[in-house]
This record gives sequence, C-alpha cells and structure tokens, in this order.
Amino acid sequence: MLLAKTNKTHNHMITTSNLSKKYNDNTVLNIATLDIPKGQSFGLVGNNGAGKTTFFSLLLDLIQPTTGHIKSHDVLVHESEDWKPFTSSFIDESFLIGYLTAEEYFYFIGELRGQNKADVDRLVAQFEDFFHGEILQQKKYLRDLSKGNQKKAGIVAALIGNPEVIVLDEPFANLDPTTQIRLKGIIKELAETKGVTVLISSHDLMHVTDVCERIVVLEKGEIVKDLATSEATLRELEAHFAG
Amino acid sequence: MIKHFLNLEWKQFFRSATMGKSIAIKILMGFFALYFIAIFLIMGIALYPGLKKIYPEKDPFIIVNGFIFFWILGDLMIRFFFQKLPVMSVKPLLTLPIKRSSVVNFVLGKSMFSFFNFLPLFAVIPFGVTLLFKDYNPTSVVTWMVLMVLISLINNFLNFIIESLSAETELSFLPIIVVVAALYGLNHFEIINISASLSQGIIAITENPFLILVPVGLLAVLYIFNFKILRQKLFLDHSLKTKVQEVKASNLEWTNKFGDIAPFMQLDLKLLWRNKRPKSSVWMLGLGLMYGLFFYPNPMYQEQVWLYAFVGIFVTGIFLINFGQFIPAWDSGYYKLLMSQNIKYEQYLKSKYTLMTLSVIILFVLSIPYVYFGWKILLAHFAAAVYNIGINSYVILLGGSFNRKKIDLNQRAAFNFQGTGAVQWLIGLPLMLLPMGIFSAAYFMFNFEVGIAVLVFLGLIGIVFHQKIMMFITDKYLDSKYKMINAFSEDE
Repeated sequence: MLLAKTNKTHNHMITTSNLSKKYNDNTVLNIATLDIPKGQSFGLVGNNGAGKTTFFSLLLDLIQPTTGHIKSHDVLVHESEDWKPFTSSFIDESFLIGYLTAEEYFYFIGELRGQNKADVDRLVAQFEDFFHGEILQQKKYLRDLSKGNQKKAGIVAALIGNPEVIVLDEPFANLDPTTQIRLKGIIKELAETKGVTVLISSHDLMHVTDVCERIVVLEKGEIVKDLATSEATLRELEAHFAG
Repeated sequence: MIKHFLNLEWKQFFRSATMGKSIAIKILMGFFALYFIAIFLIMGIALYPGLKKIYPEKDPFIIVNGFIFFWILGDLMIRFFFQKLPVMSVKPLLTLPIKRSSVVNFVLGKSMFSFFNFLPLFAVIPFGVTLLFKDYNPTSVVTWMVLMVLISLINNFLNFIIESLSAETELSFLPIIVVVAALYGLNHFEIINISASLSQGIIAITENPFLILVPVGLLAVLYIFNFKILRQKLFLDHSLKTKVQEVKASNLEWTNKFGDIAPFMQLDLKLLWRNKRPKSSVWMLGLGLMYGLFFYPNPMYQEQVWLYAFVGIFVTGIFLINFGQFIPAWDSGYYKLLMSQNIKYEQYLKSKYTLMTLSVIILFVLSIPYVYFGWKILLAHFAAAVYNIGINSYVILLGGSFNRKKIDLNQRAAFNFQGTGAVQWLIGLPLMLLPMGIFSAAYFMFNFEVGIAVLVFLGLIGIVFHQKIMMFITDKYLDSKYKMINAFSEDE
C-alpha cells in the first residue's frame, strides 16, 4: 500500500491543478489538470498567445499564478524554492550572461548546481559536434555570438548538473537543420535513457512529433488536445492547425 | 512629423514600468530647478550693484565679460556630467518612411529646449535690463543678451560632441577634464590670455552687431557636426554591428576564499571589468579619492570640521554609491536566469555586500595619506568607513529592492552615451547628507570625538546585526521578485 503510494507520487513529476493566469480579467492560461510523468518527453504546441511560455514561466515561478498551483516533484513551485536544484531551463536569450564566454558561463552554472570544472568539462565534451566548433575556445563573449550559437550554449547549459526536469522554450527556432537533428537526438536520449522529464514547446509540428512521446495542444490558454504520439499524430496536428 | 515624435515620447514616458519613479524624480528635479532659477535670478539682479560696490571705479559690464570664459568652462563641465542628449528609440523608425534627417533634427532641436539653456537667461535678462536702466547703448545690450543665448547654445552642442567622442573611450570623463583643465591652465598661467581675448571679442560684437554672425556661424558649424555624428549612428548596421571584443580573462581564484558566494563575486568582478558602464564606476574611484583634495588643502575648510564626515563618506563610499544603487539592475539582462537557477537570494545579496564592503576598506586604506592634513581627518574617514559598511551598504541594498529600471549592458541603444544623468547623483545625496547631519549635530552639541563615536557606533550596530538585516533585505527582494522580473524583461 505504502509502496504503491510512493510509486504514484514519483510517477508524476509535474502535477498541475486549477492553474490559471489572468492579466486584468484577460485569462491567458486556464488548465484544470495536467500531470506529466517522470521521464516523459512532453511537447507543448499552439499558436502565438496560446499560453505556452506562460505555462513554462509559471512552472519556473517567474510569474505568479492567479489561481491553482504547479507541483514539481511534490514541491509547490510558487511557495518553496526546493524545485530549483533538480530543474533547469532555457527560455530565451535573457538566460545568458552576455559578458561571459561560453566556458565561463558553463562553469558558472556548474558551480550553482554543485558541479566542479571537471564535471562540466566532461559533460560539455559530449556536445562537441553539436557545437560545431563555434562555441568553445572562441575567445568571444556570449553577446558576440550569433543568435543560433547563443541558443546552443543556452541549451547545453540547461543540461549541466543532472537535472531531472528540463524546460526548453522553442528550442528548434533559430537553429540550423544539422543542429536541429542533433538536438532531437539529445532530447530523445535524455528522456529515454536517463529518465529526465523534458518539456519543450515548439511551432514546428514535425520536430515535436519526432521528439515527444506526448503532445498537448493549447489554444487561448486551454488544453484542446492531449495526444500520445503515434504515426497519425502529425497528420492530426496539421489538420487541427489548418482549421 | 514632430507631432508624431512628441506623441511617441509621451507614450513612452507614461507607459513605462518606471513611471511612478520617473514622476517622483521629475518633481524632485523640479525643486532643484526652482532653486537654481532663484539663485541665478538673484545673481542677475545683484550683479550690477554688487560689482559697482566692490569695484567702484570699474565698469561692471567689462568685469562680467571678463568672467564669461570661466562661465563657459564651468558650464561645459556641468553639462558634461548632467546633461544628456535626449534619448529616442530609433530602431523601429529606421525602416519606416521617415527621413533620417528629420529624426536627427528632432533630437537636436529638442536638446535646445534643455533647462541648461534657459538657466543663464535668468541671470542674463535681469543684468541686461539693469544695463539698460544705467543708460548703456540699447543696441549693444540687446546684442549682448542675444550673444549670451548663442554662447549657451554653442556650449549645448559642443557638449554633445565631447560626449559622443569621449563615449568611445574607456575613461569617459577624462577628455572633458583634460580639455577644461588645459584651457584653464593656459589662461591662468597667461600663456594665452583667453579670457581677455574673449572679453574683447564680446565687446567688439556688442559695438558692432554685425559681428554676431561669427558666433552664429560657429553655432551652425557645431550643429552640422552634431548632425553628421548622429546621422551616422542612425544606420542599422551601426547599432546591429557586432563589435567583437577580445576576451580578457584574469585569474579570480582568490575569490574562492569567500566560500559559497565566490561564483557570484567572480561574476560581479567580470561584470565590472567587461562592461563599459559598470567599468566607469570603477574609474570613478580615482576621482572620488581625489575629492578630499578640494577641501583639505584649503585653509578655509580646515576649520570646518563638520565637513570631514561628508568628505569621508564620499571618499570611502564612492564605489558603494555608484555601484550599489544599480543593484540588482546590473543583472537585469539575465535576471530570469538567476531566478530560475539553483540560487539562494541571500548568497546573491551577500556577494554584493561583500564587494561593497571590500571597496570601502580598500578606499579607506588608500585615503590614509590624507593624514597629512591632520589626524582628525584620518579618524573621520575611519568613522565614515565604518558607517558606510554598517549603514549605507544596507540602505543601498534595500533601495535596490525598489529598482525597476533595467540596464542595457550591451549599450547598443543609439544616442545612449552614458545612460545616467543627474538622477544618479541625487540618490547618493541622502547617503552622504544624513551621516554628515548626525556627525555635525554631535560635533556642535558635544565635540569632535563624540561625533566620531556616534558614527562608529551606528556602523557597528549595523555590522553586529548583519544576519538579521540581510534576512530582512532578502525578504524584501523576494517580495518584489515578480515585479522585478516583469520590469526587467520590458523593452525600453
């Protein structure tokens, strides 16, 4: 009995209940329940203003919910900061520190997450082909890198310190095709072999269906579809968005 | 077109996240403006009778003209530090069918309506009217008044040229000081007697009004020069251009002694060293250290013991005031990262506190040579340093929790030469005036030693209750977390 209970709470990495966000009576997000199991690769799609970034911002406690709450690993994110050690994210370029080099940035994030330089080096070394020789040992500050390269650095930084939850907002945008394919491999591997819960949002239906086991469609802040990815998913999504 | 521009500015002001603060500052600035207007007005009225009384045999008009040179120098200095070219977000306008020249003309035209250009009028007009009553040639007097307005405008545009040129250099305030000091020196040591020649020039113009075309021409040249500088900045590739900087890495291992706040201290030190704006607050240290030299060598101030505390707070606290008042805005560019990372707010604030405390200690040590002017000064600086560490550092950290204005470290915004104006100095005033008031009160009621003891005691209280105070401040920051994130992600 007890075992079953622990199992259940651990099954759901992220639980959302009655979550809503309003700006002056204008509801931008309204989710009654949304539970994401541990180790799931979870995709969020929707048109502009559907509430994807709002949901991620609430999950990261960057904005306050109007009602309801999100629990991450049994931690109420808007009340306790205990979710931070096992959560990492890359939402946009404002997550980068422009006046650091990529290495310095990785070490800084590493130190915050209790990793020494050797740990960080080991992790970053795995992504050498992802970086395409344009990030490391460049003697360039992050602010001087191109948008795409900045994104790569930000995404890799989000993998430092063995997080259990990784949140990536629009990770495929601004990346070149080669890198997009590499990134898909990385995300799949994280969820499948390491049990990491990966949450991504995207406008690119093809990429999400490739990567995610489960896809939730948001429309004006509400969940309108919740699909387990299959052969038919891409067509279904395309049909949905074609109106 | 101007109507559209004004409309945009109006909206920018009233729709910004910092509007409340802006209005409060505007009101405060208004009072300062009134104060200066009153001073200038009194000066303008009292100038003629005053000079007549002191130098009965000389013509006040001639004496005043002899001082114009120094007025120009002083005006330039003050303008450099306080007057900023009106900022306008031009990027969205560039792709629209608006002539670049009309944008530039608008910005330059707007600068002519600066308070700095009107202020001299409050002295010039009453003085001119007095001259008319004293039966000076009306044409000459009117010409003279017009000439003063022209000089004011010439300064206006000259200042922007100096600012835009010095913005390229690291020590942004050095050129102006060198130029002004050089001109003053040339004049003072009579290598070239600029003030006399200028005075003669002014009198020549008043006697022959046609010569006024010379300053008008000069003004036109300066305007065109400004126009060219700004127009150049108005091309997209100028603001988008990636000016790749060579990385300057240095060994910061020593910060590891500070334990868990080490990563933040390293970050702060890199922030200071690699970005132009925070870096200028480092250069200010040198200027601040010298500040005592304005007072102490002067026998007049030797007696004014109550001033020691003020100078001490300034000398040991200039970094604290300059750097501290923009906490946490320095990190506004990546504030969301900090807020979602595995970070305790406490460590973040403690790192800033440690940095400021270190700066106070270092500055105090560097200011020890002032002991040459008397041991009392050293003692006062010590007390001021303790007060800075124990009180001012917390006050400024606490003030930071109300900070809602982001700082663009990348400095890509067009026309944004230095970013801060008079406001920066206003915030520092209470930090300096309060301890000075406390010290003076104790000094006049009791004696010097009691004054020192009171400052040290207050500082020590702050140091003893460090943990408690920091917890209080941390709570304040946590309270305004969402507001700060929101304001910092707003585009200017």
